[in-house]
Amino acid sequence: MAGLATTFGSGAMTNPIADIDQAELLLLIGTNTTEAHPVIGYRMLKARRQGARLIVVDPRRTELADLADYWLQLKPGTDIALLNGLMQIILKEGLEDRAFIEERCENFEELRDTLESYTPERVSEITGVPVELLFSAARLYATTDRAALYYTLGITEHVSGTMNVMSCANLAMLTGHLGRPGTGVNPIRGQNNVQGACDMGALPNVYPGYQNVNVPEIQAKFEQAWGVPLSGEIGLKIPEMFDAAHRGELKAMYILGENPVLSDPNTNHIRAGLEKLEFLVVQELFLTETAQYADVVLPGGSFAECDGTFTNTERRVQRVRKAVEPLAGLADWETVAEIMTRMGMPARYRDASEIFDEMAALTPSYAGISYPRIERDGLHWPCPTPDHPGTPILHVGKFSRGKGRFQAIDHVPPGELPDEAYPFLLSTGRVREHYNVTTAYSPGIMALWGEEHAWINPEDAHALGLEADSRVRVTSRRGEIETAIEITDRVPPGMVWMSFHHAGSPSNALTSHLVDPVSGTGEYKVCAIKVEKLIS
Amino acid sequence: MDLIPVTIDGQRIEVPEGTSVLEAAELIGIDIPRLCHDPVLGAVGTCRLCVVEIDGMRNLRASCTTKVTPEMVVRTGTPRVQESRRTVLELLLSDHPADCLTCEKMGSCKLAEYAYAYGVRKGAFAGAEHHYELDDSNPFIVRDMNKCILCGKCVRACQEVTGKNVLGFAFKGFDTKATPFGDTSYLESDCIFCGNCVAVCPTGALTEKGMQGQGRTWEMEKVRTTCSFCGVGCTVDLNVKDGRVVGVTSTDGTVNDRAMCVKGRFGWDYINSPKRLTKPLIKRDGRFEEASWDEALYFVASRLGEIRQRYGSQAFGALSSARTTNETNYLVQKFARGVMGTNSVDHCART
Repeated sequence: MAGLATTFGSGAMTNPIADIDQAELLLLIGTNTTEAHPVIGYRMLKARRQGARLIVVDPRRTELADLADYWLQLKPGTDIALLNGLMQIILKEGLEDRAFIEERCENFEELRDTLESYTPERVSEITGVPVELLFSAARLYATTDRAALYYTLGITEHVSGTMNVMSCANLAMLTGHLGRPGTGVNPIRGQNNVQGACDMGALPNVYPGYQNVNVPEIQAKFEQAWGVPLSGEIGLKIPEMFDAAHRGELKAMYILGENPVLSDPNTNHIRAGLEKLEFLVVQELFLTETAQYADVVLPGGSFAECDGTFTNTERRVQRVRKAVEPLAGLADWETVAEIMTRMGMPARYRDASEIFDEMAALTPSYAGISYPRIERDGLHWPCPTPDHPGTPILHVGKFSRGKGRFQAIDHVPPGELPDEAYPFLLSTGRVREHYNVTTAYSPGIMALWGEEHAWINPEDAHALGLEADSRVRVTSRRGEIETAIEITDRVPPGMVWMSFHHAGSPSNALTSHLVDPVSGTGEYKVCAIKVEKLIS
Repeated sequence: MDLIPVTIDGQRIEVPEGTSVLEAAELIGIDIPRLCHDPVLGAVGTCRLCVVEIDGMRNLRASCTTKVTPEMVVRTGTPRVQESRRTVLELLLSDHPADCLTCEKMGSCKLAEYAYAYGVRKGAFAGAEHHYELDDSNPFIVRDMNKCILCGKCVRACQEVTGKNVLGFAFKGFDTKATPFGDTSYLESDCIFCGNCVAVCPTGALTEKGMQGQGRTWEMEKVRTTCSFCGVGCTVDLNVKDGRVVGVTSTDGTVNDRAMCVKGRFGWDYINSPKRLTKPLIKRDGRFEEASWDEALYFVASRLGEIRQRYGSQAFGALSSARTTNETNYLVQKFARGVMGTNSVDHCART
């Protein structure tokens, strides 16, 4: 989010999902869409069947990589070098969109100077992608009129995540693939309301609608609306909170609907931080690994038990409707409102729409949205007034920040790479059948996909003496786990891939402690491990 | 785009070039019966139920695959058309189990609906019947191929919507079967259990396993909402009976049409898990004890109040969630900022 916000002035998918049908070329970087976002994946497969060209950049041979015109199998964590290499080729061959760069962008010269050293040969050396493929992909993307770039956490979950995002944006600006149907830079959001949680200001630096907490006028606006004094100091991000808990500075936490022990990197560090807290409240559907550490557990309500809204990956605000009564009596928002009221800040909302209206009145990009308007189809923000039709495509004519700003970025290697002691590279992600935490409580899902299967290349499996039914111990500098395996050439030799869904093989006990310094996101996609066969 | 004038049952209408007769009729409120047609799937004209009479054409035409032409005159309910549809239904019923009483599809079965509308009973044609074994070997989808009418919608959904091509037609003639390659079970095939085949099946051939015996379709309240898995934001219907969600089915969604994935259609049942927390828990001497809401909320409010007073605002942090609603997220950040006095509020997906 920070990456696109810096470059464009708005950190969200630039084009709607339906634009996939209009694109002549899909460039997918670090997104295994058919697994992680199946219904968007169907749409991409259909576009491909109907003739759209396809470039896939991924270390794994994904389903879409199988179907691609060009599959660029880069080494994990070399995205910047790859993108810089593509851009250098585009400039050298004069395939850039001159008019777009001159009219709509700034800081081009700095980017051009940085690109100078990213020759195809050097980029091939860093990324492992053959020179010819770099040329083919660069030419195809640059010369296709409607070319849309999609990415997900394969771009963001690196120490260089924010810069990876900016590099994607550089490429799209360089070729003018923005502000039109079938183009854009499109981060597909992982969870159902990532976009909404960000939009609502569940972030340490901004109020709802990305209004900075350290701008006095904005602080004053919220102080007046809420009738309380507020802090102008930027708060702590999640990893900083756990660090502060370690140091004994953070004494209490309220954790709603998150399970950082399973889902955050470097589990052991999280556990130790939670143990040090004086008081922990967890509001959850289940007694999760994190809830075990709580002093008070408040039962959460599911999505079927409350009214409200989710904002999907394309910035479309959609209704969530209460179908049944909350199992424990209170919807999530009612519980939070009760605590606020009891602590001296009356929060007596009659229903969820009153909360939405209060928020919309304080949030320019949501100001025109109300429950009656989204009764059926939802609206794309920004939607500033009640008669505004919403904004499916961002940056038409000009960028949210005015001019799109090229960022000159150099390759940053992953924080921890394989070495003699930990010779394999571990990358993690999601599988189609599971969703971060909840699906572990679905009997049907668990009947078919009940345990982790770490992917390992046949060559490595052979060298380690592994058979299809072997179990392995996987160890990193931070922890160790045991898991079943799947021997598959969908991962290259030297790489192991795991999901993070299974409490029995919690891959985040292994993942890196290193984070992107800007976003605070952990480097889930690269860390060093060793793999040993378990003798049964 | 050129508009084409046509006359259907005496009504004149102008429709865009490329519109089918069936779609044109729909535009003026004439509902032509159909079993193999679906607006999101390619038209194939196999069921022959949608036949109509068109002036100047010798045979009855399938209205789903016939495009309008200028000054076309269409009749959708002539005796000849009616007789043809009755015969089609009689043929379909000749090899269809008459176990509607216990059929999961009762109430939403298109075959039953048309048989009733056209007054067709089983027995007009006697002959061979299929006796396939019921396949309920997977956790999500029950297949009763005896009830399959070979409309091919499941095959097309698998090809055109999901793009997996798992289903196809196997064997020939009377033995033709809509089934995975090699006539395996779904479990042994490459099926990804999106259930998009179930969503389009007009009969009881494909039904949701989790909804078996949970209630009749007319007893269900359908609540339109947004799926809680992943950022796509599919529109889905929660099927509610007696205050309990018993199934999730497709509806005409904005983002997804009627497509869904295995999680959205079948993985939602965590909400009915017996492991759900139903009462607040307070830890005393290292063990959780159940507490009343009032007691728990009082305890939380007073402890957080103490911490705020003793250590100041910076001693507190809140994690909100990318899985909960905007309204809850708004309140959590308002609580952290307005009540606890800190901007230390975050959630796990800020990139």
